[in-house]
Amino acid sequence: MNARIEGKPSAVKNRTTVERKSDREVVVTRTINGPARIVFEAFTKAELFKRWWVPKSMGMTLLSCELDARVGGKYRLVFDHDPEPAAFFGTYVEVKPYSRLAWTNDEGGEGGSVTTVTFEEKGGKTLVVLRESYPSKEALDAAGTGAADAMVETFDQLDELLVALGESSGQ
Amino acid sequence: MVQYVTRLDTSFAALSDATRRGVLEQLGRADASITDLAEKFDMTLTGMKKHVGVLEQAGLVTTKKIGRVRTCQLGPRRLEEETAWLERYRRRWDERFDALDKVVEELSRKEKSNERKNRR
Repeated sequence: MNARIEGKPSAVKNRTTVERKSDREVVVTRTINGPARIVFEAFTKAELFKRWWVPKSMGMTLLSCELDARVGGKYRLVFDHDPEPAAFFGTYVEVKPYSRLAWTNDEGGEGGSVTTVTFEEKGGKTLVVLRESYPSKEALDAAGTGAADAMVETFDQLDELLVALGESSGQ
Repeated sequence: MVQYVTRLDTSFAALSDATRRGVLEQLGRADASITDLAEKFDMTLTGMKKHVGVLEQAGLVTTKKIGRVRTCQLGPRRLEEETAWLERYRRRWDERFDALDKVVEELSRKEKSNERKNRR
């Protein structure tokens, strides 16, 4: 169980990788061009967070965003949604300035996922590793299939998956 | 939706085994009989039949019996579903992180120009 996919490398842009580590866990990695202190602030300060968490291409509008990034502190995001606004909320369970952050995702009721993010600075850039752990594999599968974002599969992607599977099986 | 998720589970379970992933890679190059596959992976016929059975159940492989030989080939549509799942997930995060990059770069620039101003 180590399906992995990587974006094509490019000269200007850092690569985002997604790896399904197990039935219940997905890990996303990305290097951000800036020091960990600033990246951490962009994750924990509402006025910065709302500028990037919902990029325009997602087709959703953030109506409000409150973050109380302290252990035990709450966060709440409200999106414009038909027929009524949709809220995403939870509690920060780990807040270690500039290196580690974890929060629960409680909008789905009991047994929501937990998101853990680590920030590792190297040469003025920051490696962000984001881990989403779901209580069951069904919950994880559903998370990836939400929204009407069906896409056209290409053989390129099929190739990428096969190559990645080959690498992870060590053959 | 529920059906889709269940199918996806079966596929991911099928993909969790190194030999089965190897079989898929092999079939990606050329169709092969179960006997061929058993030889390639140094495995008994019974063992290979089991692996192919799991892949077949997940829809990742289809088999066809011609005479006394059972030939296996990829069921390509299904593997694309798994790829699509990961790719969708990756795109969502890629878009987010692109936006984060912009915010962080802007803040870094501002800090630097403030430092310059302060030094004056």
